[in-house]
Amino acid sequence: MKKWLNPRSAFGIALISVALVALPFVAAMGGQAWVRILDFAILYVFLALGLNIVVGFAGLLDLGYIAFYAVGAYAWALLASPHFGIHWPIWAILPIGAGLACIAGVLLGSPTLKLRGDYLAIVTLGFGEIVRIFMNNLNAPINVTNGPQGITLIDPVMIGGFKFSGNTTLFGLTLSGPQKYYFLLVALAILVIIINLRLQNSRIGRAWQAIREDEIAAKAVGINTRNIKLLAFAMGASFGGIAGGVFAAMQGFVSPESFSLMESIMILAMVVLGGMGHIPGVILGAVLLSVLPEALRYGVGPAQTALFGKQLVDPESLRMLVFGLALVLVMRFKPAGLWPSPERKRELAEKKA
Amino acid sequence: MDIFLQQIINGLVQGSIYALVALGYTMVYGIMGLINFAHGEVVMIGTLVTITVAGTLIKAGMPVVFAGLAGVSTSVLVCVALGWGLERIAYRPLRNAPRLTPLITAIGMSIVLQNLAMMIWGRNYLTFPSLLPKINFEVAGAHFTAIQVIIVVLSAATMGGLLALIYRTRLGMAMRATAQNPAVASLMGVNINRVIAAAFVIGSALGALAGVMVGTYYEIAHYQMGFMLGLKAFTAAVLGGIGNLAGAMLGGVLLGIIEALGAGYIGDLTGGFLGSHYQDIFAFIVLIVVLMFKPSGLFGEKTGDRA
Amino acid sequence: MQARLSVVALSVVAAFALSACGQKEEPKPVAAPAAPAPVAKPEVVVKLGHVAPMTGPQAHLGKDNENGAVLAIEELNAQGIEIAGAKIKFELMGEDDQADPKQGSIVAQKLVDAKVNGVIGHLNSGTTIPASKLYADAGIPQISGSATNPKYTQQGFATAFRVMANDVQQGKVLGEFAAKQGAKTVAIVDDRTAYGQGLAEEFKKSAQAIGLKVVADEYTNDKATDFKAILTKIKSKKPDLVFFGGMDAQGGPMAKQMKELGIKAKFLGGDGVCTPEFMKLGGEATEGQFCSLPGQPLEKLAKGPEFKDKFTKKFNAEIQLYAPYVYDAVMVMADSMKRAGSVEPAKYLPEIGKTKYDGVTAMIEFDQFGDLKGGAISIYQYKGGKLEYVETLGGAGAAEAVKDAAASVKEAATAVAGAATAAGSEAVKAGAEAVKEAADATKAAVEKK
Repeated sequence: MKKWLNPRSAFGIALISVALVALPFVAAMGGQAWVRILDFAILYVFLALGLNIVVGFAGLLDLGYIAFYAVGAYAWALLASPHFGIHWPIWAILPIGAGLACIAGVLLGSPTLKLRGDYLAIVTLGFGEIVRIFMNNLNAPINVTNGPQGITLIDPVMIGGFKFSGNTTLFGLTLSGPQKYYFLLVALAILVIIINLRLQNSRIGRAWQAIREDEIAAKAVGINTRNIKLLAFAMGASFGGIAGGVFAAMQGFVSPESFSLMESIMILAMVVLGGMGHIPGVILGAVLLSVLPEALRYGVGPAQTALFGKQLVDPESLRMLVFGLALVLVMRFKPAGLWPSPERKRELAEKKA
Repeated sequence: MDIFLQQIINGLVQGSIYALVALGYTMVYGIMGLINFAHGEVVMIGTLVTITVAGTLIKAGMPVVFAGLAGVSTSVLVCVALGWGLERIAYRPLRNAPRLTPLITAIGMSIVLQNLAMMIWGRNYLTFPSLLPKINFEVAGAHFTAIQVIIVVLSAATMGGLLALIYRTRLGMAMRATAQNPAVASLMGVNINRVIAAAFVIGSALGALAGVMVGTYYEIAHYQMGFMLGLKAFTAAVLGGIGNLAGAMLGGVLLGIIEALGAGYIGDLTGGFLGSHYQDIFAFIVLIVVLMFKPSGLFGEKTGDRA
Repeated sequence: MQARLSVVALSVVAAFALSACGQKEEPKPVAAPAAPAPVAKPEVVVKLGHVAPMTGPQAHLGKDNENGAVLAIEELNAQGIEIAGAKIKFELMGEDDQADPKQGSIVAQKLVDAKVNGVIGHLNSGTTIPASKLYADAGIPQISGSATNPKYTQQGFATAFRVMANDVQQGKVLGEFAAKQGAKTVAIVDDRTAYGQGLAEEFKKSAQAIGLKVVADEYTNDKATDFKAILTKIKSKKPDLVFFGGMDAQGGPMAKQMKELGIKAKFLGGDGVCTPEFMKLGGEATEGQFCSLPGQPLEKLAKGPEFKDKFTKKFNAEIQLYAPYVYDAVMVMADSMKRAGSVEPAKYLPEIGKTKYDGVTAMIEFDQFGDLKGGAISIYQYKGGKLEYVETLGGAGAAEAVKDAAASVKEAATAVAGAATAAGSEAVKAGAEAVKEAADATKAAVEKK
C-alpha cells in the first residue's frame, strides 16, 4: 500500500482532484446547463461501473440493468414526495433504495444462475421490461407508482439542513444546485471507483474472473459459483439503486419512460465500448457516450449550416446515426473497447496470432 | 366458445408472424452463435421496400398481382443484399472478437438502419397497399381472413423448407458441420465464409417475406416497427431453444397464443389486477419459468460453453 | 498498483477534459440575449424564454409555437408599452427541448441562468412538468399554450399557468358526448402513456358520473399494431361504444381490426386520433366515428380570422396548431406586467392569476390552479374521408356565439364535401382546409405527451 504515496501517483491524484474541483466552475461559464450535462455524465459513470461488476468482472451479460436504477429511483420517489406524504431523509432512503435494488438483483439472479450467455441476456432483458411495465401499471387497483403519469415534486437531497437544490453561498462562493449535485455525484463516483478497484484484486474479484473465463474450472477449484454470481448481481444492482435515487432527487420527477430498454442497452454499450472489466476504460466509455450525443446536438446542426448553407438532415436523426456508426466502427477496429485492460489486449493479440 | 376460438386464431396468426421472424434469428444463431439484433430491422426494411415498389407500380397502373410480385421480389433482393452486406462488413471482421463485441455491433447496426430508414421513408406511419383481396371467413362465430390463413400456412411451409434444406442438401450439411465446429468443418473442406454468408442471406430473405406478411396483415408500416417485433421473435426463438428450427416455430406460436389468451382471460381471472396491460410480460414470465426448468429452451440442444 | 492508479488518473483527467471541451461548443441562443439597455432613454429589456422542440418529429409544431410568440412580441414592441416610466422592449429567447424531459430540464436551467422575466412553453406535457419545478424554484412565471396534462398545474406551483383546456376537461366532455350519442355501456382502451392513460381515466370518471356502465378496461401500448386479443375480449362484453385514449397510429388500425372482428360498437377518441392520419390508417372503418380537439376552430372565433391573416402574412406559413394559444400566452404575460406596473417576476406574478384578457382563442381567466376557466372542447366526426366539425362543448361565455356559428359552419363543411360552387365558397373552403390542417398537426403534437 505504500506505493499509493509514491510521487507519480501522488501527482496523478493531485491533478485529478484539481481538475474535478475546477470542472463545474469552468463548465458554469458556459451556463449551468453544462453543469447539468456533467452531472448526467457522472451519473452514467456510476451506472456503468455498477454494470461493469456484473458484465465486466463476472462476465454475466445483463440487458436489464436499468431495472435496478428504476427500483432505486422509485424507492426515492415514493419515500420522499407528496405522493404518499412521506418525506424521509437521505440516510434512510438511499440505503433502502440500494437494499431494494439488491433484493431485486438476487431475485433476478437466483432463477437464472444455470443460464449461460445469450439465454441470460434475454431473461435479464425480460426482467427489465417486467419491472418497467409493473411501474407503468401499478396505479390500479391500488395506486402505488402513479402509473405512466409519473411522480412529481420529489424532494431534493438534503443532508442535515443543507439542501442540494437552489443556490447556496459558502465562504463567499455561490454554488448552484447542479454544482452541488456535481460534488455529491463525484464523491459517490469516487467511492464506487475505490470499491471497484479494491474488488478487482480481492478474493471475490478473482473468483469472478475465474467464473468469467471458465465456470466449470472455477467450480472445480472450490469456488462457490452460485454465491459468487449472486453477489455480483447484488452488488451491481445496489449501485444501480443508489444511482436511481440520486437521479430521482436531482430530476424531481420520475416516470417509467426514463427506464426503457434503450437505456439498458446504452449503459451496456458504455461498458463494452470503453473496455469491459477495465475501470478507466468504462469511465471513458460512460463519459464519451453521455457527452458525445450532447456535443453532436450542438455540433451537427451548425456544422451543416456552415457546410451546405442549410439544414440538409434533421440534426436529431443524424445524431443517432452517427452514434450507431460509432458503435459499429469502434467494435470493428478496437473489438476489446477503446481502452481495454492490458491483460485483455494481450489475450486478443494471442488469439489473432 | 366462439370467443375462445377467436382468441386461439388471433394467437396463432400473431405467433406465426413471430415464428417467421424467429427462424431468421435462429438460423444465424445456430450456425455462428450470434444474436443478430439487426434482424428486426431487416424485416422492417422488407416491409418498407415493398410499400415503395408495389405502391408506385400500382399507382402507375400496373395490375395489383404483378405490382405485388414485383414488390415482394424487390424486397427479398434488397434484404438479401442487406443481410449479405451486414455479415461481410460488420460481423465477419469480428469473428474472433470477444463475445459481446458482435452484440454491440448488432445493436449499433440496428440503430443505423432505423435512422437510415427514417431518413428515407420519413417518420410517419405508411399504409401498405392491399395486395390481396379481402376474403372473410366465419366459422363458429370466429372471424378470420384469407391473409391470416396464408400467414399460418406460409410460416409452416417455410419451416418445412428450411428443415429440408438443412437435412437434405450439401449446403445444409455444411451448415450443420460449421455449427458443430467451424475449425474442423473448414479442415474438411467446408468454406466457412460461404456457409455463414448463406445463413445470413437465407435468414434475410425470410425476414423480407415476414415483412411482407406483416405489412399485408396490418396494412401499416413504420421505421420503428422492427424493434419490438424482433425482440418478441427473439424471445420466441429462445423459448423454443435457440438454434433449433422447429423450436423457433413452436416457440413463436406458443408465444402468440400465450399473449392472446393472457390478454383475453387473465384480467377476469385475477379480478382485474393483472389485465391486458401486462400482455407484453406474460411472454417473459413464461420464458423465465421455462428456462428455470429447461435452461436451453423447450427443444434446445445443450449449447456447450458459449458463455 | 502504481501503474493502475496513474491510468485511472489519466482516464479521469482525459474524460473530464473531454467533457470540458464539449462545453466550449455551446452556441449562443439564436435570439441573442439583451444588448445592454441604451443610455439615453430609460428602456428596459424584458426577456421572455420560449421552449418547444425545434428539431425532431415535432419540429414543425415547435416552429409554429415560436412564430406565435414572435408575432406577439413584435406587436407588443410596436405598441411601445411603458411600465413604471420606462419604455419596455420585449425580447424572445428561443430554446429547443427536443420533446425530451431530460433536455427540457437542461434548457430550463439555461433560461433560469439567463434570468428571463417569464417563460412561454414548453410544448409537450412531458417536458413542461419537470421544467416547471425549476421555474417555480426560481420564481419565474410560466404559461404554456399547449401542455394539456392536468399534472402540470396540479403540482401546486404558483408560477404554472396554461391557456388551453386540459385533459380533465377534454375527458369530461368526451364522457358527456358518449352519453349524448345514446351509449349505455362503454369499453375503454388506453395506450399506457401519460397522455392516453390520463385521458382515459378522465373519460371513465365522467362516463360513470353520467351513469354509463364501463364493461371493460383494456390496455395496449404506443408501439402496438395488433389489438385483436383485447378487441375479442371487448367483443364478448358487447359495449355500445369503445373509447380509445391514445394516438392515431394505434387508433386507426384498432378501428380497422374492430371491423374485421365484427364489432359494431362506435369508436370515440381524443385529440390524438383527431387527424387525417387516423383516417389514412383506419381506412373505411373510420367512417362515422367521433373525436375531439381542445379549443375551437379558429374561424369561429371573433378575432380568429384576423389573427390568421396576420400570421400568414408575416411568416408566409399556415398555422399548424398552437400558435394562437402561444400568442395569447405572451399577451397575457405582458398584460399582467402592465397591470402590476412592474416586469419583476415577483411583482407581476400575482397579477397573472387575476387575468381577464380577451384573447384570440378565448376570454382568458385562470382558476386557482392556473388552469384556463371553462376551456372549450370541439367534437368532430370523420365523414367521407374528412374531419367534420360537430359541436363545441364546455367553454364559458363564448359557447353561445359558437353554437350559432357551429350550424353555419356545419353547412359549409358539407357544402365543401360536395362540390362547392355557391358564392362565398372560397372562404368556406379555406375554413374547412384549416380544420383539416389543424387536425393534421395535432397528431405530432400529442405524440410525446
